[in-house]
Order: sequence, then C-alpha cells, then structure tokens
Amino acid sequence: MPSITIKRLRKAYKVYEREAGVLAAVRSLVRRKTREIVAVDDVSFEVEPGEVVGFLGPNGAGKTTTLKMLAGLLYPTAGEISVLGHCPWKREKAFLSQITMVMGQRSQLIWDIPAIDSFELNRAIYRIPLPTYRDVLDTLTDLLELGPLLQKPVRTLSLGERMKCEIAAALLHRPQVLFLDEPTIGLDVTMQRRIRSFIGEYNQRFGASVLLTSHYMADVEALCKRIIVIHHGIILFDGDLTSLVERFSPHKKIVVSLDTLNGYDLQAYGNVVEHSDEGRVVFQVPKDEVARVTGKLLADLPILDVTIEDPPIESVIEQVFAQEVIV
Amino acid sequence: MRHITDVYRALFSIRIAELLQYRVALVIWLIEVALGPIISIVIWSAVARARGGTVDGYTSATFAAYFLIAMLVNYFTQTWVFWEFEWRVREGTFSPLLLRPVHPIHGDIAQNIAYKLLMLTVIIPVSILIAIVFHPVFHLTWLAAIAFVFALLQAFVLRFAVEWALALLTFWSTRVDVLNQLYIVVLMLLSGQLVPLAFFPQPVQIAATVLPFRWMVAFPVELCLGSVAPGEILPGLAAQSAWLLLSIIILIVMWRTGIRRYSAVGA
Repeated sequence: MPSITIKRLRKAYKVYEREAGVLAAVRSLVRRKTREIVAVDDVSFEVEPGEVVGFLGPNGAGKTTTLKMLAGLLYPTAGEISVLGHCPWKREKAFLSQITMVMGQRSQLIWDIPAIDSFELNRAIYRIPLPTYRDVLDTLTDLLELGPLLQKPVRTLSLGERMKCEIAAALLHRPQVLFLDEPTIGLDVTMQRRIRSFIGEYNQRFGASVLLTSHYMADVEALCKRIIVIHHGIILFDGDLTSLVERFSPHKKIVVSLDTLNGYDLQAYGNVVEHSDEGRVVFQVPKDEVARVTGKLLADLPILDVTIEDPPIESVIEQVFAQEVIV
Repeated sequence: MRHITDVYRALFSIRIAELLQYRVALVIWLIEVALGPIISIVIWSAVARARGGTVDGYTSATFAAYFLIAMLVNYFTQTWVFWEFEWRVREGTFSPLLLRPVHPIHGDIAQNIAYKLLMLTVIIPVSILIAIVFHPVFHLTWLAAIAFVFALLQAFVLRFAVEWALALLTFWSTRVDVLNQLYIVVLMLLSGQLVPLAFFPQPVQIAATVLPFRWMVAFPVELCLGSVAPGEILPGLAAQSAWLLLSIIILIVMWRTGIRRYSAVGA
C-alpha cells in the first residue's frame, strides 16, 4: 500500500486585488474584487514506503502548497489525499505523530534556549519513550555532528548549525513520512552535502518515505531516483531522472582537446557550442550520432582527450518548463 | 492524561528558561506593575482627604485595599495572547505548532502559568511594599474568602478563553491590533481596574455586569473587599460561570471555523 496517495488534487485561493492609489483603496472598502488563483490543479501521484521523491518546479509552481496539503496545514479545494491511511487536514494525533515537515525558512526550535530543551519538549509531545529518545538522539548527534551545538541558545547558531538541529528535532519521533521543503536553502556546499547524505541515511535506516523540494539539483540527483516536475500547478513529468534526461535532452556533448585548432572545419563534425584557444572544443550532437561522430573525430583530428557528457540536469529541467507539455 | 501532564512539565521548564533570558525586562515589568496601583492610591486618597475622609464610602485605606487587590487579580487573570497570535500568523510560526500532535492552546496556558509563577518573585515584594506604605483595610468573611478563590479561578479561565478567542480573529484578518487596543481600553474601564465600578453611572455598571468584564476582575476584587452582600455571592458566581461556559463555547466554535479558514487561505 502506498504511503501517500493523491488523486485529482486541486487547490484554489481567492485573492483580493485592487489598483494602486487612495481612491482605489477607498473603493475596495465597499466592493472588493476577487480573483481565483489555482495553485495546484488536478495533481495525482502515489509514493511508496521508503521511496524518495524529488518535487521540482520554479517558484510559485505549487510545490509548497502540495506539501502543505499533504501535511494537513491546508485543506484541498477538491480531490482526495491519503497519507498513511489518514486524511491529513483532520490532523488526527495518530497522523501527526508519524509525519514531519521541515520548512527551510521556518523554525520550530525555540529561539532563546538551547536546542536540547526543544528536543526534550518534542520527547514529551510525541511521547517518545526515554530509551528510544536517547538512542535516536545519539544516532542523530552522531550523523549530524550535533555534539557541541545542543547546549547553545538557538539564536547563537549559524544558519547551517540551526538547520541541522531543526532536522534533528523534526526526526526525533522517527516519522514514517518526511516532507522537506527546501531543507538546504541558504546553506554552503559542505553543509548541503552533509544534510543530503543524512537524509539518504535516514531513509535507508528507517524506510521512511521522503518528499523533497529543492532548488539545488545536486540534492535531487543525489537523493531521488524519481522526480515529479510541477509547473503552474500541473504535473509535467513523473518518472525517474534518467528517463527525464533522455526524453528532454536528445543531445549529448562531446568535449575534445585538440593539439591545434588550425585548419580544421570543426562545424563539419557537428554543432560547435564552445571552443577555446587552448584547443578545447565542445560539440552538441544528437544522441544516436554520438558514436559515429566520435569515431570520425578520433580518426580525422589530432585529439589529446575526449569525453562525452550528458547536459547538466538544470538545463534539462529548464527545457521541461519551457515546453510546458505534459509527458 | 499522563501525556498532557508530561507535555506541561516540559513546557513549564522551557517557558521558565526562556523567561529567565529576559531578566532586565522583568525588572521593567515590576516598575510598570507597581506604578499603576500606587498612582491610583495616591490620587484617590488625596481626593478622599479633600472630601473629609471618604469618597462614596471609600476611605484611603479601602482605596489602598481596592487597588492592591485589583492589581493582584489583574495579574492573576492577565493574558497577552492576542499580541502574540497576530505575530505568529504573520510570521508563519503558527504552522509548526499545528503540525504537532498537541493542541496549541496548551503551550499558551503553560506559558501563562510559568510566567505568573516566575513573576511571584516580583509581585509579592511589590504587594508587601504597597501594604506597608498605604495600610489597606479588608473586611473579609470566610464565606467571601472561599467565594473569592472560586471567582478568581473562574475569572482566569474566562479571561483566557475570551482573549484566546479574540486572538483567533487573526485568522480572518491579520490587522486586528486596533480591535485589541479597543478591547484593552474597554476592559480597563469596565473591569474595575481604573476605578471601582460603583463610581460609574448606573448604565455603565449594568453594561459591565451584562458583559463579561465585571466578572474578569471587579467581582473577585469586590468579594475580597467584602463589598458584595452575602445574598449576592452565589448569584454572582453563577453569572460568572454562565459567562465562562459561553466563552468556552465561543472559543471552540471560533477555533473550528478559524482553523478551517486558516487552512483554506494559506498557512
């Protein structure tokens, strides 16, 4: 049984709008114009236990709205949601005890006191038995290197340090479903990597389902076999990363280093997208011609080095957004 | 039950630790708490002296008793939850509270009680000081004393429920500070904190009794001063209970509709 099921989910907001100026402000007191904004439209998918799914889309695509509906913070305008067999917006204790949501720009830790005190509060709130609590805390302290941070008031921690404590606090009750909204936002590369590997480790160890949004493709590449691309509230793609690349990027890059550039008609071999005076040339070639072109290049030119690359995942995603077709 | 007591224990220790971070604020609060009643006592005692010793039956000793007890009752029943709620909703710190398997009201109750326990270290010396300087006089009977304890507890719950419900208005509009200000002004007047309600014209007194305000501060104060006739004690407690019940019903209804609205328009 999937741990998350959503069917034809829709969320529409009514927003008030008025033109600029005093007169418009006065007029809006009497009659307010409303406009409906559809944040999520007809979204359906399932997530299996233990699955890590990357949820991608530009700002305002509907990612956070969907996560909030799944966590029970928003109730849907239409459609069905089930998380671990519960209806999220009812916010039953049995449901809330098994999920967690980390919002990169929100804090659940209490600002003025050390994180360990917030952890203690969570122990009481989630009714975590003391031995389990100690055990989980030890593991988390170990994996996230929390040791020296726990006793300091949260407001004195750096962003990265606070985020580590934030994640630990969110996982003390060993939730079965994790909603992570930009968990690495604003962190440096090392810290991003640390958090990323920790999420992977948690998923492996406890078999939890993870739904993750991130602007950093590295997060998604490292963690998610499956990704869902959403734009303007509609799912554009749902599948594994490699098939996304195959489908949306019919080209590969052949990067060669030449002894000399002089005298060769490089365009005859393929589309040259980059070349430098030192002899580095990048060709963009349709996938099914990669072997032929590479063979020809090697035969004809004084080549020192050759590599064949997939285009960066960012540009593939950009292409998906640009096309806005459902696949 | 075990669960909720564990949560409260953890909440208390956290709230106290948090408050201790702000020791300077506590000292400022001490000045603020003491200043109000001291000014009232000084002014009304002067008025009493000028009028040959009493104003409407109040001597300077009964004024001292009145404002001292009013300060204590106000302290005991006070909340500040509507200020915090507005900030919470606007800053988005309310959503994490909703993700926990414990109702957010418990955090506020615990915070309120923790604050008051800690503030006893401030309020007790202030009270003793006022008592020594102004010689208050009480006419307390046993019956009134027992009634006072009940009335005080009811007043606390009543005020908490009404003010939490008021705070929930933030779900409908994030600009409720004007409304909060209005509530505080009306409360100051009609709860008897500024002057004894007996000093007001009849219509105002009726309004204070029909509305919940008299039951929030003035009624327990009057009981403590012995100015409630024995025959009026039970009806008074009953009226207070009625308002208490009503305010809890209003709170529950507002929570249910408010939270639905909150989760409809965006958390």
